[in-house]
Amino acid sequence: MSNADLLRQNADTLKSRMGAFFPGERTIFRSYDLHADLKEMSWIELYVFGITGRRHTPEQLRLMNALWVFTSYPDPRLWNNRVAALAGSARSTGNLGVSAALAVSEAHIYGRGNGIQASHFIINTRKQLEAGGNMADCVRDEMARHGRIAGYGRPLINADERNGPLMELARELGLDAGPHVELAHTLERFLLDSGRNLRMNYGGLAAAFNADLGLSPQEAYHFMFPAFLAGMQPCFIEARRRPEGTLYPLATSHLLYEGVPARRWPGAIED
Amino acid sequence: MSNEFVRTKIWHEEPESGNTFATRVARCHGYDVYGEMLGKARWVEMLYLLFRGEVPSTAEADLLEALAVALANPGPRDVSVHAAMCGGVGGSPSAACLVAALAVGAGELGGGREIFMSMEFWNACGTDLKAWQSKFDTTADTKASIWPVPEHPVGFDCHGDTIAMPVLQTLACLAKLSPGPRLPWLAENRAALEKGAGFPLAFSGVAAAALADLGFLPEQGEMLHMLLRLPGAAAHALEQRHHSYKKFPFFSIELDTSREEDA
Repeated sequence: MSNADLLRQNADTLKSRMGAFFPGERTIFRSYDLHADLKEMSWIELYVFGITGRRHTPEQLRLMNALWVFTSYPDPRLWNNRVAALAGSARSTGNLGVSAALAVSEAHIYGRGNGIQASHFIINTRKQLEAGGNMADCVRDEMARHGRIAGYGRPLINADERNGPLMELARELGLDAGPHVELAHTLERFLLDSGRNLRMNYGGLAAAFNADLGLSPQEAYHFMFPAFLAGMQPCFIEARRRPEGTLYPLATSHLLYEGVPARRWPGAIED
Repeated sequence: MSNEFVRTKIWHEEPESGNTFATRVARCHGYDVYGEMLGKARWVEMLYLLFRGEVPSTAEADLLEALAVALANPGPRDVSVHAAMCGGVGGSPSAACLVAALAVGAGELGGGREIFMSMEFWNACGTDLKAWQSKFDTTADTKASIWPVPEHPVGFDCHGDTIAMPVLQTLACLAKLSPGPRLPWLAENRAALEKGAGFPLAFSGVAAAALADLGFLPEQGEMLHMLLRLPGAAAHALEQRHHSYKKFPFFSIELDTSREEDA
């Protein structure tokens, strides 16, 4: 038995349950014929099915759609969107700019880096409370482990304009009273009552809804990948329409130098 | 025994006995990388060998090294570095910061695409001033493409009034190191070219001439330009990661709320 046997066994042929393309014939998507069995699916339905392998109700899909719509902000000042806009300004391509903006969206203080911690926190907290734990211990452990409570507090401003409309839609759809969403609100009250000025942010509420929709943290992470996408294309397009290089150009006066004073490079000839 | 192959003229590997997944000897264009090159070859010699298939002369290696130093950090005002810092300030993964720098630094304004087009100019015009003038007078190609129609003469600074001192210093240094013919000719004819273009020479124009003098193809020059500008993007992204986002420019927006469908 060699340590390389696993590589030998997997060379050239991949065993997959996810799907395959048979040129000129058909495409199998998670064991279904894409062009026959799944042809009526909306894109979001197919996207979620591709991630989870599970079907969702029309009401759940409307809520999922809203989770993307409500955080599509065409504002090029936002750091991820700014990458798309800068690409437009520098006359790069739309795919490059928006793909890079999506990559940057995997940030620690917002986006996927924040979301995956928020998902784990809300799911684990519910499990611990059901097992007889208490909220104070959960919060203390989370602070000790991650140095923050992901899903609570927000860069720029400690309030979230997305949460009210999302809760309103969830109520219309009858999806507002899931255990994780109720816990998320209870946690917010607990944090405020215990003197922490941490209001629930969109990442926290989205994590709770995703958990109530049955998504694991990893599934929620994949599902939320395009959440900012609709706001990025306008940023690229408008920057592309402007004269090249004119998106927030930085002058030398924009640089606040805090380093060592000027010095000579070793071997440089004195003037 | 597999029937699937990756065909390459660049890289050859001899396996360890009994395990074809382990490498015993790796050769780059015939040279034993770990047995002979390592510790003797310069980074720029390896780069040149990878792309061109031969060892550069000392003069060529010196030129490529000087170019690499000149390109290493476009500075935080550059759009590609700005993009990388947008990743750094939010705590995005390091790869995302570099992807941002690449995506933005790929473009036609000082980026890889400008290098590609500028090197095509060098191939078409060489050191013939009249040919350059004719190129400047030609309307940009408008065929359908993922790339925008060029909006300024490639290799020249559409927002500059006079040549920037670092560009002038880079041109002077590289022209001295170059085996020719483009960089020395560019240094001699810069004023006439700038007059024809209507703009001062840009970093991209100097870099394209250097990469052409080194014998790289336009697509090789485009790749190298993007690659060689990444160190600065990486350093600045990491620097911003350790600052609060509150210390990074957020700028402002003056919003026009009129609707396009009403226009």
